[in-house]
Amino acid sequence: MKFAVIVFPGSNCDRDMYYAAKDALGEEADLLWYQEANLEGYDAILIPGGFSYGDYLRSGAIASTSDIVVQLREQADKGVPILGVCNGFQILLESGLLPGAMLRNQNLKFMCHFENLVVENDETIFTSKYNNGEVISIPIAHHDGNYYCDEETLARLKENNQIVFTYQNNPNGSVSDIAGIVNEQGNVLGMMPHPERAVEAILTSDDGLKLFQSMLENWRERYVAGA
Amino acid sequence: MKLVKVHITLKEGVLDPQGKAVQGSLNTLGYDNVQEVRVGKYLELTVDDDANIETAIEEMCNKLLANPVIENYSYTVEEGVVQ
Repeated sequence: MKFAVIVFPGSNCDRDMYYAAKDALGEEADLLWYQEANLEGYDAILIPGGFSYGDYLRSGAIASTSDIVVQLREQADKGVPILGVCNGFQILLESGLLPGAMLRNQNLKFMCHFENLVVENDETIFTSKYNNGEVISIPIAHHDGNYYCDEETLARLKENNQIVFTYQNNPNGSVSDIAGIVNEQGNVLGMMPHPERAVEAILTSDDGLKLFQSMLENWRERYVAGA
Repeated sequence: MKLVKVHITLKEGVLDPQGKAVQGSLNTLGYDNVQEVRVGKYLELTVDDDANIETAIEEMCNKLLANPVIENYSYTVEEGVVQ
């Protein structure tokens, strides 16, 4: 399986994402500079965390206007799995690939620590190796992770089972404790916590590895004959 | 040249933790009459003269300057100073 990791100016989790796909999972991965990236031919696309363009205007806003987002939309329409973590999630929201928006954390602080997440939907291509209700320990590291959407959108998210992860103890004020959501088609996941920072026991938790393993397993089932 | 002044504010109903903190500080300073503070953004754009300037500005606001999910915008167009 071949992963693309998009690198924006100001990305700072791109190496971690690359490591998770390449070393922890043991698959192929390329770091792609956003201006030169050709996303054609990749089996999954990873949008890493960081502070693209210094978070100017709004987190993810400037990145969402770059040409690479046009390619992202094409790949999303084709059903290619896309995972956006932290700033990657913010970019997906700002570009309209996922519904909602991010506000400043309720306590106005940048927070960087482990949180317990509850798996709410184990039927996505990102979570099939987890079980519903399973509690996993994944680190957060953000200032603008307070997920907001209007009530109509929230009702739709619930109805379509698009809420994938919630916080056990909501750290940032997110609506309905939301930590991660998928699009309606189920192939675009955005989440504030960092699964790529929890892929080996030496990192305090390896609970994030199953997310990448789920992606691999689903890709194999779909594309590898006899798997 | 036109000088476009754009105001971006959070929509009603969207919590504003920053505004809340500012309000708390003002109250601490003794300004007990301040009931609410909402923090927004103000941008000045110097733009070439164009008959469709308002359409263009609205497009800019919807595409980038404001996030329609959480923010409203308003703007005025004034004669810009020729440098």
